[in-house]
Amino acid sequence: MTARLEVRDLSKAFGGVAAVQGVSFDVRDGEILGVIGPNGSGKSTLFNCILGQLLPSAGTVALDGSDVTGLRPSTLNRLGVSRTFQLLQVFPRLTVRENLILAGQEHRGSRLGRLFGARDAGLGPEADRMLEFFRLGALAHEQAGSLSYGQQKLLDAAMAFMSGSRLVLLDEPAGGVNPTMLAGLRDRLAEINRVGATFVVIEHNMEFVMSLCTRLIVLAEGRIIAEGSPAEVRTNAAVIEAYLGH
Amino acid sequence: MRTFLIALALLVVLALVPADLTGLGLPYPGLKRYGTYILTLWLVTAIAAMGVNLIVGYAGQETLAQAAFVGIGAYLTAIAGKHGVPFGISFAASGLLTFVIGIALGFPALRVQKHYLAFVTLAFSVLCWLVFRNETAITGGVMGLRDIERPILFGLKLRNAQTFYWFVLAITAVMTFVLWWIVQSPWGRAFTALRENPLRAESLGVDVRLYTLLAFALGCAYGGMAGSLYAPLVEFIDPSPFALGPSLLFMLMVVIGGSGTFAGPFVGAGVAVLLPEWLRAWETWYLLIYAALVMIMMALFPGGIVGLARVSVRKRQP
Ligand SMILES: Nc1ncnc2c1ncn2[C@@H]1O[C@H](COP(=O)(O)OP(=O)(O)O)[C@@H](O)[C@H]1O
Ligand SMILES: [Mg+2]
Repeated sequence: MTARLEVRDLSKAFGGVAAVQGVSFDVRDGEILGVIGPNGSGKSTLFNCILGQLLPSAGTVALDGSDVTGLRPSTLNRLGVSRTFQLLQVFPRLTVRENLILAGQEHRGSRLGRLFGARDAGLGPEADRMLEFFRLGALAHEQAGSLSYGQQKLLDAAMAFMSGSRLVLLDEPAGGVNPTMLAGLRDRLAEINRVGATFVVIEHNMEFVMSLCTRLIVLAEGRIIAEGSPAEVRTNAAVIEAYLGH
Repeated sequence: MRTFLIALALLVVLALVPADLTGLGLPYPGLKRYGTYILTLWLVTAIAAMGVNLIVGYAGQETLAQAAFVGIGAYLTAIAGKHGVPFGISFAASGLLTFVIGIALGFPALRVQKHYLAFVTLAFSVLCWLVFRNETAITGGVMGLRDIERPILFGLKLRNAQTFYWFVLAITAVMTFVLWWIVQSPWGRAFTALRENPLRAESLGVDVRLYTLLAFALGCAYGGMAGSLYAPLVEFIDPSPFALGPSLLFMLMVVIGGSGTFAGPFVGAGVAVLLPEWLRAWETWYLLIYAALVMIMMALFPGGIVGLARVSVRKRQP
């Protein structure tokens, strides 16, 4: 069976700084792969290269067996890969519900069809379901910018699921979210994973990563230094040295 | 539904403004020929400004060539008219041609980066002006083209100022509706998204480049169609209203009216058309006063007049 995502020898340099160096890994269908590593170890850069935000200096990315290296982010999204960014990125002046509809509309019908079709692109019911699922129903018609930080983080994550993507890359979804909301977010992600979505999650919160992910890769200075189940990684000497120990 | 009724009421009021209502027992004599002309000019200017608003206010780009697109539509219509081409065809051709030019200019420019479109349109504006001025055999050069015929609609002559005004009003209404439809559709949501955060919009599947290009080309087409109405309105065209200065003025109109608001272009066009009339006595001081007004507006009310009106309405509501 081919992997959902195959990353081969991916490198990215910014001027003299080698942010990612020869990284290879697979993302298997149905798993939740965690990516951990100290600050500046190249995690976000890795995501940006996979998703076409940045052009990799070398290496390839394949989705379901076909090469997608260097495709534009919108194209990749329409091929079924969603993401969130490390820094919060919702549209503050659109309502919560509009944010969700926007996140799904480009996957509905043709562009011309959308011009003449329904204002919500037929996504109203789905947006409402997503709102309920992420416990944001009461805030549906608030401007996204007026929500608390934690609620905006939830919305940000929820938007990644509106397109029905089967592969979702989340960059620090738990960053700055309070513990109660965090447990909720973890449960939601686990539930979506059970019904078929595959995840790659960058996260600093160890408890969150250990309880959510089925497999981990550990980056340090742009290279993979360890790979395995959460239990294996936790006891890996190199990881303790580079990351967990200090 | 409410929006529709308000729009309808507005349309009726606008249709009645130049008319003599004394026959209906109302003490309103209507507008004279010149007043009607100014009102028509306002509508034509507003159409071109709507195009700029789509480009600037909705897609977040810059254009310094709207007056040149108006010029293309105006010259095309004037020249075609002299060869007996019916107005309807010239009007459609003006829209189509400026749309295609918009695509041709925008496609390479938008591949590069944000402010490139400003430079490309700047160059295009200068190029057009040179062609209008120097290709004397076609455009009449600085002497211009005179005696441009007003269209005939189903055998009905639109020579009369008032009939022509109604004709332009009907076209403006349709074009306003079309733009409103676009802005209310999922396209409008995509425009808002790509203006607020193109990076995130792109990651959600919004083809930022294509949407921006479409907005730009549509905006140019609105300029071209406004020009197609402008030529028969003024009945004489020369290169001066299509130069770089008037293009900048279109940007100012949108900013003054309220960029990214639906009514903004109408308000901005109103200011741009009426202010010179009111300040006529001041002659040479006119531009200075206008410029000062713009700077004061921008410093105090960056949301433009529409933004200002919104704030004051909201304040009054408890
Ligand atoms: N756009 C950029 N330009 C230059 N350097 C960058 C850029 N983005 C990231 N870097 C550098 O690349 C390295 C990896 O950064 P990043 O991928 O953000 O790490 P992480 O997400 O693991 O914290 C850092 O040294 C960072 O300074
Ligand atoms: Mg990061």
